[in-house]
Amino acid sequence: MSLLNIKNLNVRFGDATATPVVDGLDLAVDKGEVLAIVGESGSGKSVTMMALMGLIEHPGIVTADALVFDGKDMLTLNARQRRKIVGKDMSMVFQDPMTALNPSYTVGFQIKEVLKQHLGLSGRAAHQRALELLQKVEIPGAAQRLDAYPHQLSGGMSQRVAIAMAIAGEPKLLIADEPTTALDVTIQAQIMDLLLALQKEQDMALVLITHDLAVVAETAQRVCVMYAGQAVEVGQVPGLFDVPAHPYSEALLAAIPEHSMGAARLSTLPGIVPGRYDRPSGCLLSPRCPYVQDKCRQQRPGLDPKAHSLARCFFPLNQEVA
Amino acid sequence: MFSFIARRVGLLIPTFFGITLLTFALIRLIPGDPVEVMMGERRVDPEMHAQAMERLGLNKPLYAQYIDYVGKLAHGDLGESLRTRTSVWSEFTSLFPATLELSIAALIFAGILGLLAGVIAALKRGSLFDHGVMGISLAGYSMPIFWWGLILIMFFSVSLGWTPVSGRIDLLYDIPPKTGFMLIDTLLSDEEGSFMDALRHLILPAIVLGTIPLAVIARMTRSSMLEVLREDYVRTARAKGLSPARVVFVHGLRNALIPVLTVFGLQVGTLLAGAVLTETIFSWPGIGKWLIEAIGARDYPVVQNGILLIACLVILVNFVVDILYGFANPRIRHQR
Repeated sequence: MSLLNIKNLNVRFGDATATPVVDGLDLAVDKGEVLAIVGESGSGKSVTMMALMGLIEHPGIVTADALVFDGKDMLTLNARQRRKIVGKDMSMVFQDPMTALNPSYTVGFQIKEVLKQHLGLSGRAAHQRALELLQKVEIPGAAQRLDAYPHQLSGGMSQRVAIAMAIAGEPKLLIADEPTTALDVTIQAQIMDLLLALQKEQDMALVLITHDLAVVAETAQRVCVMYAGQAVEVGQVPGLFDVPAHPYSEALLAAIPEHSMGAARLSTLPGIVPGRYDRPSGCLLSPRCPYVQDKCRQQRPGLDPKAHSLARCFFPLNQEVA
Repeated sequence: MFSFIARRVGLLIPTFFGITLLTFALIRLIPGDPVEVMMGERRVDPEMHAQAMERLGLNKPLYAQYIDYVGKLAHGDLGESLRTRTSVWSEFTSLFPATLELSIAALIFAGILGLLAGVIAALKRGSLFDHGVMGISLAGYSMPIFWWGLILIMFFSVSLGWTPVSGRIDLLYDIPPKTGFMLIDTLLSDEEGSFMDALRHLILPAIVLGTIPLAVIARMTRSSMLEVLREDYVRTARAKGLSPARVVFVHGLRNALIPVLTVFGLQVGTLLAGAVLTETIFSWPGIGKWLIEAIGARDYPVVQNGILLIACLVILVNFVVDILYGFANPRIRHQR
């Protein structure tokens, strides 16, 4: 029984006829597992997780056959019940820490707010716990930092505070939406190390949305590759990285600079992600796929088991079983 | 912070000179002089006229009059009214509470209603309520105060008889002025029903005077709120599982208020300008009505120094708002 089970998730903006931003996505996350979601900008990675958290606002429409977290279907809960879970058992760290914290309140206030909301802590107990959380995310001089305002913190510090807020309710699932993209390269590794240490220590599941395949290779147990709102390949990390079944996964891996060592140019996939008005009727990758065949242009493949992974492709690569 | 205050104070000096020069010149640009007005419309005896002008020091060349005026000001002497022979300062201080009471009532009315309407309009963006509020506030902003005041008097006072037509309190009551605020004085006095009467007198002028600030605050709150609600930290607040009310008011409104506060301060100037008209329409015995009468009588010292005092007030209020702004916005507070 997995911790999170998403079946046929669709997110549209506008009305029911609008092109889905997330298109029939199936995804499961086990307890204590690290799952990475990778894909180009606009492929629906963040929107998927925002839908799970209930953060999609009008005019967004979220539908799914199932959106089960920890045995509860998030879609059938009312807003009040959902708020008991969101921010506590399931929480999220966002991309840009410099704008994710409220500039008008101190760090302490913003952490204690979570403690009060979900654990009913206030006064000394909340203060003590907030201090512990800051120490846990390795903020130097934690006691003084409680009274600091966000503009007095660096990007890396702000992200640590955001992480402290996210783990305040001891979540079973932490979603990190490109948590290091907006940070300096030197800080990125520190934040990743922190997230993974916390994940192990608290035995929580971690969904890591990222562009950084090197990070995925080092940290994740499984990876979900998204393209144009669909999961195109889902598999174990060593397997998918060594023998990608989907041409898009292969192209993503080929685009890592280290893989083009010695070549004059970086390997790229020509073309762009199909937009609202030019979605192909067949496989969504068909206009860009180097291996495209007639069938790909006419029918849309499903996400089916292949030799090493689940892939959405009629003619998967690397299918010889070792 | 200190250099900020020093710079602001430094700017005040040329501003003061500008104001004195302007009021001095403007009142003298109006045809007629105080003596003519005092002596009535019929032919004035030229000899008496000249005598009176000399007695008042108005026969000197303009530059000499201006130097006299500024010289007196430098000694803190605001002069005395040509009509009543009482000092401008004491007239101002006795009338100002009435204007202050009216202005505070107008600001409370405009602030509460404006914030509420602005926040709801922002939350229900594009709805009928939103369009309604924005339409009405545009109309409110564009409305001439004197016309709006007369319409309200016609409707509520004359047709419906709900509120009195003019004044601060019914002549039946004899309220000893302790604080100058009628609402407080009536509470302190033992005249029964006088407080409600004072309140009924206050409602209509406060609404009239508060209409423009209300429109400005509502529009400003709406646009500021719309901007803030798109911010990442509002998403963070929602991701914490906080209630919608807490997200909107604690995380949204607190930040949206910062620009509204500036507008609020600027409205004080508009308010005092509006008070001149409102007080005239409602015969409200405040500094607005006082100034209008002084202009009519060419009471030079009252006009010059009355306007100077009002200008000081506006400057002071904006100064206070600037400092409050620092409290509302930690990013400014910590700048040096």
